[in-house]
Amino acid sequence: MNIPDDLKYTRDHEWINKDGKVGITDYAQESLGDVVFVELPQVGEQLKIGEAFGVVESVKSVSDLYSPVDGTVKAVNESLKETPELINQEPYNQGWIMQVDILNQSSDLLDAKGYRQQVEGE
Amino acid sequence: MKMTSGRRHIFCYKEGNRLKTTPLTPWHRQHKAKMMEFGGYDMPVEYTSIIQEHENVRNAVGMFDVSHMGEFMFQGSQTPHFLDHLVTNLPSTLQLGQAMYTPMCYPHGGTIDDLLIYRIEPDRFLMVVNAANREKDWEWITNQAKSFSHLELEDISDRTALIAVQGPLALNIIQSLTDIALNELTYYHAAFDVLVGGIKAHLSRTGYTGEDGFELYVSADKALELWEALYELGVQPAALGARDTLRLESRFPLYAHELTETISPLEAGLGMFVKFDGHEFVGRDALWAQKTNGLTRKIVGITLNGGIARPGYPLHDEENRVVGIVSSGSYSPTLKRPIALALVDLSHTKTGTPLKVMVRNRAVPATVVKTPFYRRSSS
Repeated sequence: MNIPDDLKYTRDHEWINKDGKVGITDYAQESLGDVVFVELPQVGEQLKIGEAFGVVESVKSVSDLYSPVDGTVKAVNESLKETPELINQEPYNQGWIMQVDILNQSSDLLDAKGYRQQVEGE
Repeated sequence: MKMTSGRRHIFCYKEGNRLKTTPLTPWHRQHKAKMMEFGGYDMPVEYTSIIQEHENVRNAVGMFDVSHMGEFMFQGSQTPHFLDHLVTNLPSTLQLGQAMYTPMCYPHGGTIDDLLIYRIEPDRFLMVVNAANREKDWEWITNQAKSFSHLELEDISDRTALIAVQGPLALNIIQSLTDIALNELTYYHAAFDVLVGGIKAHLSRTGYTGEDGFELYVSADKALELWEALYELGVQPAALGARDTLRLESRFPLYAHELTETISPLEAGLGMFVKFDGHEFVGRDALWAQKTNGLTRKIVGITLNGGIARPGYPLHDEENRVVGIVSSGSYSPTLKRPIALALVDLSHTKTGTPLKVMVRNRAVPATVVKTPFYRRSSS
């Protein structure tokens, strides 16, 4: 399972990097199966920690996405509209979902080690 | 990320101590299938990818463990008469070795279950029912049988396994395992007590995928041997996720979705399986009234752009009135777009009618389309 060291993680399987890019983890995409639809937030939308900002749908399931930070949506990954499978193929790169101008980070974010421990316990 | 519908089990799956298993459950787990509860059974939902498993069946071959299905055996001289009373179709007209699809209804016309009936001998029939309805069906059927003599019923579900081999290559694969001339075994016919890979089986040319294929009923203790023989021949396993997208594209109803205790077979578009002529059966009066008065709603196919319709989502018309509800919906791997079946007020069921599916309070444009969404090219 791929859990990069340079990212922070939520307990709900989102990741966030230093530039405020947010996506779902390798473990999450593997568990979901083939991603076939992504509902993206609007650029300029204000987000609060723990607030639902979008939805990822696989063939069989619908999952809400929760913001790891307070902030404003700066960009969204438009390519997911046509190729949502990027989330399966490259969850940490081409499969990013949104980028946020961060105001506050959640104090509950995990580092790679902490996230790995959580996932291995599931 | 938290699942709001669908496979919740993924992040909270615990070894179910109350779930029933099939003879192949250990194999599924060894092969890293994602498991879910279905009809009270611990069943695989996908092995690696629902889309890949779906495409294997459409383009080559795949095999499904459907041992969770229930099987009831009927015997005795009153059996044909009893079955004609019990279900909406006419099992007494079956030839030996022939199979028939039929709904089974309550007196009010709602559907108890949809099922398959095989005629094995003149007075011996096999019924195959949905796993989730097995106990309910058995109770209903044994109650109905009380006023019939010369009729014996047996629930053989627990000692019967069922493997479905589906896809354009299924014929060649199964032919390599049996001496039965499969080109003479036509659609909805079966050969009983024949050898397939050296294992005694009921070999049936039926399925739930819209492809050519076979269903093999074997003794539960032989299921693993047959499954592994098929796997050795290169048949890849497919699971319930692909089974659902395959049947949805082919517009086959799924009980608890397109058919329920409040949805009649006529509303579900299954009128060809309701035989009114010269035939008294449970639910006849209610269904006849529906037919002669006209339906008020029915199941239609819809396609949509910009979201996926899921069961329970409301359908609105252009004036935002609620005119229906989604019964099944998913992404179609063959059409590469979202498709759905929905129960819609008759006024809005004409092909081409514009509708809106309410997806999380967002109105997603949809259109009523002809079904099936997919039909295989005849070979």
